[in-house]
Amino acid sequence: MRELKLTMNLRSTSKRKTAALLMVLISIVCLSIGITSNSNNVQAFSPQVIQHGAVGEDVIELQARLKHIGFFHGKVDGVFGWSTYWALRNFQYEFGMEIDGMAGAKTKEKLAKATKYNEAETKKQMYKTPQKQQGQSQTNQNNQGQQKQQQTNQNTQNKQQPQKQQQPKETETTAVNVPQGFSQNDIKLMANAVYGEARGEPYIGKVAVAAVILNRVKSDTFPNTISGVIFEPRAFTAVADGQIWLEPDDEAERAVLDAVNGTDPTGEAIYYFNPDTATSPWIWSRQQVKKIGKHIFSI
Amino acid sequence: MIRTSIIAVLAVGLIGVGYWGYKEHEDKSSLLIHAENNYQRSFHELSYHMDMLHDNIGTSLAMNSDGKLSPQFVDIWKLTSQANGNVSELPLSLLPFQKTKKFLADIGDFTYDTAVRNLDDDPLSDGEIETLEKLYKQSGELKDELRSVQHQTLEDNLEWMDVEMALASEGDSDDTTLIDGFKTVENKADGFGEEYAGSSFGQSTDRQPAELEGEWKNKREIEQYTKKLFSLNKDTNLQITKSGEGATIPMFSVSYEDGKDVYMDITQKGAHPVNIMVNRELKDQKLSLNDGLLKAEKYLKSFDYKDMKAIQSQQFDNVGVFTFAYTKDDIRYMPDLVKIKVALDNGEVIAFNGKEYLTNHQERETKEPSLTLDEAKDIINDELHVEEDHLAVINNDVDEEVLTYELYGTKNDETYRVYINAENGDEEKVEKLSGKETNFDAEL
Repeated sequence: MRELKLTMNLRSTSKRKTAALLMVLISIVCLSIGITSNSNNVQAFSPQVIQHGAVGEDVIELQARLKHIGFFHGKVDGVFGWSTYWALRNFQYEFGMEIDGMAGAKTKEKLAKATKYNEAETKKQMYKTPQKQQGQSQTNQNNQGQQKQQQTNQNTQNKQQPQKQQQPKETETTAVNVPQGFSQNDIKLMANAVYGEARGEPYIGKVAVAAVILNRVKSDTFPNTISGVIFEPRAFTAVADGQIWLEPDDEAERAVLDAVNGTDPTGEAIYYFNPDTATSPWIWSRQQVKKIGKHIFSI
Repeated sequence: MIRTSIIAVLAVGLIGVGYWGYKEHEDKSSLLIHAENNYQRSFHELSYHMDMLHDNIGTSLAMNSDGKLSPQFVDIWKLTSQANGNVSELPLSLLPFQKTKKFLADIGDFTYDTAVRNLDDDPLSDGEIETLEKLYKQSGELKDELRSVQHQTLEDNLEWMDVEMALASEGDSDDTTLIDGFKTVENKADGFGEEYAGSSFGQSTDRQPAELEGEWKNKREIEQYTKKLFSLNKDTNLQITKSGEGATIPMFSVSYEDGKDVYMDITQKGAHPVNIMVNRELKDQKLSLNDGLLKAEKYLKSFDYKDMKAIQSQQFDNVGVFTFAYTKDDIRYMPDLVKIKVALDNGEVIAFNGKEYLTNHQERETKEPSLTLDEAKDIINDELHVEEDHLAVINNDVDEEVLTYELYGTKNDETYRVYINAENGDEEKVEKLSGKETNFDAEL
């Protein structure tokens, strides 16, 4: 309407006509630039290249976008697994891009253009609790206002909750990566055993104990499961005296993860013992590989 | 008055304590009986399974039709597995019983291999029948021994809890009948291995590790190498120990502390690092998994590992784990693996594992596939939709390197990896790839 008025007024003076047209043109150009730059800026992804195995906010967005356009059929869970990988490759194929299964700058731009991402809706489906469902994007002012309101509301009810909200943790995803062939529970059980057996040992000594458990699983003469090896009667003192049920620390869990990922500092040992307390003469007859911390490892 | 009331109170107290003590004792003995019963069940099942094993091997010898033989071998294989399961439920860990377990496992391997073989085309050889005859005799000996121990146990009410106590308290109280019985069984099994010299029975298929390049190094040279590798001061204190005689590859273990714990296993021959581990507190994630991959690639190059290609990447909290395979002429050599772990707070490589590469890598001639990719795709299950393919060399069931087509296929949103032999079209290996699981720890 305003533009219409403008041109109407300007009609009287033909000299200004061209200037006015120019202005209109410029404003249109400006507007359209504004729009496109806006659409480029729709908070699509962080600058990282997202690849197979990645975890986090960007992966949630990637999965949601691929789902929106019909390439991804699984649950949006924030872990870039095989289904996401195939979905992304098929997207790259359909849009005539290089098929590498990685979401780099170009792919992300194409995705942002071709799809929509409704963060609030996605998170509502992902999480059970309303706080999480709101998402962590701080860019939306409206959203922030809401959060603040909620915070003050909660302040009166519960003092601890808002503290949690003020420093939002890294995105919690609804799935996690696990090494092929292991579950989180296997790893937890091993961490318990390692913590009970090698609490006071150096880090490498903990990895070594975890590696022995895995070597036994592989061995013919021991049970074929992690739980079978750990709970074999009298195999581990920490199991016999109940120390296995202490809560393991992070270090024990990290050590187990290292062993599960293939690190074996023991050189394929299937026994270890503490030379100061070992009672069985038989254990000394085994061929020794090395000593780590207080334990001697042997085959 | 006071005296009588004190006496009354004390009497009541005494009765109370007595009752409590009695209760405690009862609880304890019921727990002991419960544990004992578990052991008894495993023990009696073990001797039953050994008996069955002996019978079944005997039956297989009396059989003539190959069609019946395969299921029979499957039964034997199952029995060996059950018997071994029973053994591992008994408190024998401190007692050497490995030979018997090994014997059972070997029977299992032998019968499994025979059971899955097509006996119509490839019937039992004379040598294999001879092996079976021997197994029949030997399993009979073990069975008899176990049955007699079992008889003694029932006769004298022997208890496994006593064995456990005896084994736990020093090794000198060896007079337990049960322990003696199991030792006799073990001694019998010990002699069995020799009878199979020259046959394929019970021979482990472990291959010799590939020859390492380079000269043998001494402690001093390793010390210098380590200091150069980690750019350490000359006076940094390194702990270096030589591996013992049980080591498959002779190595030095080097460790030092420098604000973080660093540990390295390095081969004595050629000074090739096998494991490197850095232990420190990890801070918040700053780098993406992809940044981590670039760091890992750079790190590999600095070690003179050439032609390595990332075949897998996974993020666990704030570390990235990357697997690389040696790749030449577009063929992935899956035995030649290197794993690298990168901390995503500052991009430092905190673990390196090159053992599989070092033990398997060698110069190989590039093989040409006789099958085309399309022929390979025709062989796999029709329901699998192939998404990605490579040529890959893998170790097959009998531990030989074979050239295969590595096909990644999807079915019902699950991903499978199928290896098709590129020479003869055999389906060498089929795996379901998972790699992720519901996050049980998350507060959602």
